[in-house]
Amino acid sequence: MPDAILSALLLQAGYNAALVAIGSALLGIAAGAGGTFLFLRKRALVSDAVAHATLPGIGLAFILMVALGGDGRNLVGLLAGSAVSAAVGLLLVDWIVRHTRLAEDVAIGSVLSVFFGLGVVVLTVIQSMSSGRQAGLEGFLLGSTAGMLRQDALVIAVGGALALAVLVLLRRPMTLVAFDPGYAAARGVRVQAVDLAMMALVLAVTVIGLKVVGLILIVAMLIIPPVTARLWSERTDSVVLIAGALGGLAGYLGAAVSASAPNLPTGPIIVLVSFALFCISLLFAPSRGVLAAAIRHRRFQRRVHRRQGLLALARNEPILDPLTLKVLRRDGLIRPDKVATDAGRARAAKALRDERRWDVARQMHQDEGVSGGYDGLTAIETVLTPDEIAAIDARIGTPALADKGVV
Amino acid sequence: MDGFLQLSLTPILIGILSAIACALPGNFLILRRQALIGDAISHVVLPGIVVAFLATGVIAALPMLVGAAGAALVAVILIETIKRVGRIEPGAAMGVVFTSMFAAGVLLLEQTDTSAVHLDVEHALMGNLESLIWFDATGWGSLVDPVALAGLPPELPRIAVVAAVIAVLAFVFWRPLKLSTFDEGFAATVGVPTRTIGLALVAASAVAAVAAFDAVGSIIVIAMFICPPAAARLMTNRLEAQVGWSVVFATLSAIVGYVLAGYGPLWFGAQNAVSAAGMIAAVSGVILAIACLAAPHRRRIGAAQGQG
Repeated sequence: MPDAILSALLLQAGYNAALVAIGSALLGIAAGAGGTFLFLRKRALVSDAVAHATLPGIGLAFILMVALGGDGRNLVGLLAGSAVSAAVGLLLVDWIVRHTRLAEDVAIGSVLSVFFGLGVVVLTVIQSMSSGRQAGLEGFLLGSTAGMLRQDALVIAVGGALALAVLVLLRRPMTLVAFDPGYAAARGVRVQAVDLAMMALVLAVTVIGLKVVGLILIVAMLIIPPVTARLWSERTDSVVLIAGALGGLAGYLGAAVSASAPNLPTGPIIVLVSFALFCISLLFAPSRGVLAAAIRHRRFQRRVHRRQGLLALARNEPILDPLTLKVLRRDGLIRPDKVATDAGRARAAKALRDERRWDVARQMHQDEGVSGGYDGLTAIETVLTPDEIAAIDARIGTPALADKGVV
Repeated sequence: MDGFLQLSLTPILIGILSAIACALPGNFLILRRQALIGDAISHVVLPGIVVAFLATGVIAALPMLVGAAGAALVAVILIETIKRVGRIEPGAAMGVVFTSMFAAGVLLLEQTDTSAVHLDVEHALMGNLESLIWFDATGWGSLVDPVALAGLPPELPRIAVVAAVIAVLAFVFWRPLKLSTFDEGFAATVGVPTRTIGLALVAASAVAAVAAFDAVGSIIVIAMFICPPAAARLMTNRLEAQVGWSVVFATLSAIVGYVLAGYGPLWFGAQNAVSAAGMIAAVSGVILAIACLAAPHRRRIGAAQGQG
């Protein structure tokens, strides 16, 4: 099995597997990068409506092509049909939100379910047609890469490249609209047109991806990589790049794994690889990750214990908490027998004096700006200027006296 | 008429009851901006049902219900975790979870040998309403004949019980449900446990989804969670009336959809019926479309009048 995966990764597992791997990687890049703007615009689930709305178009295109005497399974024809019905679905979502009191989630859900229902009706009609028995249109539900042809891979490659080109051209206005539609409109950007372009991009990716992952799971390729990338960066450009890279990686790895053994359908495997990348990111991402949050929490905990321990030392109170003792001992502030070292005494005196300075500071500056900065941890030097601290010290008395407990 | 009793009565009844069971919680879901929960639930129950089948080896109601409920719970926990830990907006968090779980379900299905039982993705999506027939019906007398009634498809009593339980729950908890839906802050201050109510609503939706899913497939589930309540929302400003309208629309979709699917193609000279589940969803869409164009309360309050 590992050998099989390796050979698939190196594109050595046969012509078809190589085609599927390259096609999936291209699709993943286009979907990840294109989905980012949708996600930033907080409309990620619109893609779900678009994807489900492709089904009646596929069926009707098949019927039309057969009626015209052609081969109903022509991929370009089917994809064109799916694009038309997805566009209708998209415009309907837009229309419902604009012209009725229904919210966007209701519009998405109703378009999704009704179009999908219509699609199923059309599929059953096709099944009863004489030429429809081997249509294989069910493959579009969950994708079917088994019989992928060179032509299909080319369609995916060209479509993905076009989608990426549009993305590069429109990235500035799309970023602007995603973050602040009002400001964008004031700047003269045509928000509605940009939104439409964004949706057209999503629609294109969806249609291209039908063959590989199917209409139910293509949503995952548009949503999961951007969400994952968002964990790693706070900058739009890098999020787009990372999302594209993650999408491509998931597509490539997923296709390779799926080619390595039977009964591993490509679409679901790609989605699960993508989800695995997401889980890893959720654990290890800087600042938003679980690990980073745990480390942050631990650091904060230590700061609180160090500070409280120092104050206890300065006031000659006994320290009982084991964590406090551990923190102080590790920093060399107390000896193992709990007696303060020289450094510990100096830091403790400073901590107590700062506490006293804060008391005075709160009396002198009763505004939020200063007193709000007090949380028992922030060093007073980072909030007040040296002059202000000198003024406070003048009120308290000399540091030497303060240390002896005169104040 | 025997043909009607044998072939059409039970599917229509099951369709109506499924539609009502989903439309009732759907009313509150759309008002709470959680309309897509129905969509998410109907995706995540797939792995739950497959795992339940793998664990027990049979397709039975109880293990499936437990498995589906477990999957729904896992999904809710995952979505909450992603939202909080990763600071991701709810829609995207939902999208991540339900697609991944559905993919896991499909993969599990492909890996298991389910050829002996009726469990595959297409069945899960489209249901098999048409196959729920009542062999033992010989005439209208069968309706009071215990022997014949025992031959009813088990899906019918199951969905009837679920629909009844949901209706009773909605009736009993009407006031807290209404309060917490419209003004969560106020509801909390007067002592309504809003979090519990919210969770219970999701749980009830999950039960309705699973029971209906078993009989009619996930298309009807998603459509009925959203379309009838949405159409009803455009008819009135009162919640009581909205729920009433949604039940009417759900029933209408089920009946008209089933009849169109079963007999419609015959009128056009075709031999085979089309998918009833798909047609019911489509009819509910037509009802919603009409409501969007003509219902009395279709516009937002304060929206400009007279422009298209």
